[in-house]
Amino acid sequence: MKTLLVLLMLCISAMAMANTAQPSAEEVRLGKIAAELRCLVCQNQSIADSHADLAVDLRREIGEQIAAGRSDRQIIDYMVDRYGEFVLYRPPFKITTLLLWLGPALLLIVGVFALRRNLKTRRALVIDAPLDDEERRRAAALLATPEERDAS
Amino acid sequence: MRYLLPLGVFIVVAGFLFYGLNLNPREVPSPLVGKPAPSFQLARLDAPAEKFTPQEMAGKVWLLNVWASWCVSCRAEHPVLVELAKQQIVPVVGLNYKDQPDDAKKWLQHFGDPYLLSISDIEGRVGIDFGVYGVPETFVIDQKGIIRYKHIGPVTADSLKEKILPLVERLARG
Repeated sequence: MKTLLVLLMLCISAMAMANTAQPSAEEVRLGKIAAELRCLVCQNQSIADSHADLAVDLRREIGEQIAAGRSDRQIIDYMVDRYGEFVLYRPPFKITTLLLWLGPALLLIVGVFALRRNLKTRRALVIDAPLDDEERRRAAALLATPEERDAS
Repeated sequence: MRYLLPLGVFIVVAGFLFYGLNLNPREVPSPLVGKPAPSFQLARLDAPAEKFTPQEMAGKVWLLNVWASWCVSCRAEHPVLVELAKQQIVPVVGLNYKDQPDDAKKWLQHFGDPYLLSISDIEGRVGIDFGVYGVPETFVIDQKGIIRYKHIGPVTADSLKEKILPLVERLARG
């Protein structure tokens, strides 16, 4: 029974392997461009991931434009012309997106400064109180393991 | 004093979030507003042998309404358009988007036809040129063929009264 099952599984995996033909260069390009573009119907998915009708149409459009010899840049611009910069998952770097790009770094810098200030004030709060000999001896006695105590 | 800073941060963040609650993420501003409407040539729904191009509407302010028989919101919008057609304020051209002409014709027979004419964009290519992503959508186009406004989602009596018709009137005055 077990051997049969293993054989069956091998057959299935062999069939699966046979089906995964190497994607062509055009398909790879299509996938790459589609992954850069937001599907406006389901906004948290790229055109590559989405099964929405519009995404299917736009993938077809990208495929046709690749076949027509247009560059990636031209195809992306084509989409931006129609749907606006919102379709780009990688927003362009310009005045209106400055905060978007630099915001995280800004927050990090502010955070580091806040942390440094906080640590400094905390260090100032610690009162340096060295132990005298008697206290040191008592502390050692308290911290000693039973074996050490027996030895002494 | 030591709670003032976190409180301030909280108020600012809460303010942004509250503002965000009232934004509609589906309404993406169209880059086409202020630009000439894309040119196209499509078969009329009622007479497929005849072609329509937007140039035929030159000199008029008109609406291009994207609709489909499979679109549920279009049904909600439809009575508003029928009412608008009765008033004969502005011609509305229907772009029947990714639809079967037979289904579309049946739909118009059943619910009434508010359109000057409808055109069939069966493959949705003209829809892509107009940046359509959520049917229904309505474009206001002026005498020179420039897109002046894009309404995303169903047109309501309110949006007609407050946005679209005042704009149409202003454009018609020139």
